Amino acid sequence: MGFVKALHCRECGRQYPVEAANACDFCFGPLEVTYDYEAMGRVISRERIQKGPLSMWRYIDLLPVEGTEVNDLNTGFTPLVKSKRLGRYLGLNELYIKNDAVNPSYSFKDRVVSVASTKALEFGYDTLACASTGNLAGSVAAHAARAGMKAFIFVPADLEQGKMVGAAVYGPTLVAVKGNYDEVNRLCSELADTYHWAFVNINMRPYYAEGSKTLGYETAEQLGWRAPDHCIVPSASGSLFTKIYKGLHEFSKLGLIGSVKTQMHMAQAQGCAPIATAWINKLEVVKPVRPNTIAKSLAIGNPADGFYALKVIKDSEGSANIVHEDQIVEGIKMLAEMEGIFTETAGGVTISALAALARKGVIKKDDVTVVYVTGNGLKTQEAVVDLLRPLVIEPTVTAFQQALGGR
Amino acid sequence: MTSRRVKFTYSPALITDPLIYELSHKFPIVTNIRRADVRDTVGWVVLELTGDDAAIDSGLAWVRSKGVRIDLVTGDVVEG
Repeated sequence: MGFVKALHCRECGRQYPVEAANACDFCFGPLEVTYDYEAMGRVISRERIQKGPLSMWRYIDLLPVEGTEVNDLNTGFTPLVKSKRLGRYLGLNELYIKNDAVNPSYSFKDRVVSVASTKALEFGYDTLACASTGNLAGSVAAHAARAGMKAFIFVPADLEQGKMVGAAVYGPTLVAVKGNYDEVNRLCSELADTYHWAFVNINMRPYYAEGSKTLGYETAEQLGWRAPDHCIVPSASGSLFTKIYKGLHEFSKLGLIGSVKTQMHMAQAQGCAPIATAWINKLEVVKPVRPNTIAKSLAIGNPADGFYALKVIKDSEGSANIVHEDQIVEGIKMLAEMEGIFTETAGGVTISALAALARKGVIKKDDVTVVYVTGNGLKTQEAVVDLLRPLVIEPTVTAFQQALGGR
Repeated sequence: MTSRRVKFTYSPALITDPLIYELSHKFPIVTNIRRADVRDTVGWVVLELTGDDAAIDSGLAWVRSKGVRIDLVTGDVVEG
């Protein structure tokens, strides 16, 4: 049995029944799931969680689902790796890398889609849909395949072939929309009103977003039931950033960990940094931008949760960090060469932000710090293709030794 | 008749212009403001537009031509 009470509007507070809806009819504010924490607290314990599966669904009591039948690809409980070389290089003794690039479709999106698709099945939907330029498309298609649902994936028609293949392989209906980014946005929003489909990040958004909380839960559990001092998180819509913080605070509220004094640090790329720009300029309003970044998975110019992300930065005494485009590949290289983890461009943004925070002394050497790697580098190989400089030789020992030179 | 939920974001230079008033007079569109925040540096208005599709499209094109950014109320739905 779940502990969801209702949906409520984050702006005006109006309550709504638990159904497929994402906006308040009165003020058009976003809807969020509310829980009966008192009832939840009577049931939940560390032991109960530890007896659960080694996946994100060990936290089922804290997620907005009713039954125990969930649509799962065995997502989550991904490694929290204690850094050795990167931490030493940055002067950080307690640096941890949360490697969410090893999820079933190779990004953290499996967490949110697992919850959204489970909820869609509960609501009786037979079709899952999304608009995406990469990670979300693959995850939705994979989860639909697992559940035997139909899937419609909308992509801009000029999307690279490799990214379409990552979704097409699971057998969805792939729709290439001839239009610019705004037109694809508008079309999908209208389709969500027209068709009885579960659009994971539109009419299922309140449930979808809750999946990201599990990254906060796992972090605390894997650190030995405590919250870190710092989290460094890549941000697009701002949802992941706010939900990790929410997850840590829910654990504290339920007595599973002590008080949370985690400082939340956001990482955005220079070519799409609407939230960080607002923070740096001390604005409470996030001004939308036209994205132009190589970190495509962070390219959301009109972030739905921007305002709430700013509030988390303020409440946690955190920061917002803009990473120059030419530092993104440096971040990817740093993580790969020092820790053996190949991240996509979003991870490059995060690692470069971490390096800047360490250099500035914002993170002290013994602070427990968690940096989030949310997508796999194999998805954005074009960003680092220039690193491919093999020694090309004839098949002789002499040729090899000559090519080796002074190495 | 159809309804569309949109968000207008204004630069400081446009904040004092009565664009929503003009929009509803130049085009057969009913404008219904639901939320707004206007500061010295930027302003936004969330509103519902009701009318024929063609009228709304023309009206939004006119608003855009004035330098106002128009987005979905729900934020971008195309995700990476």
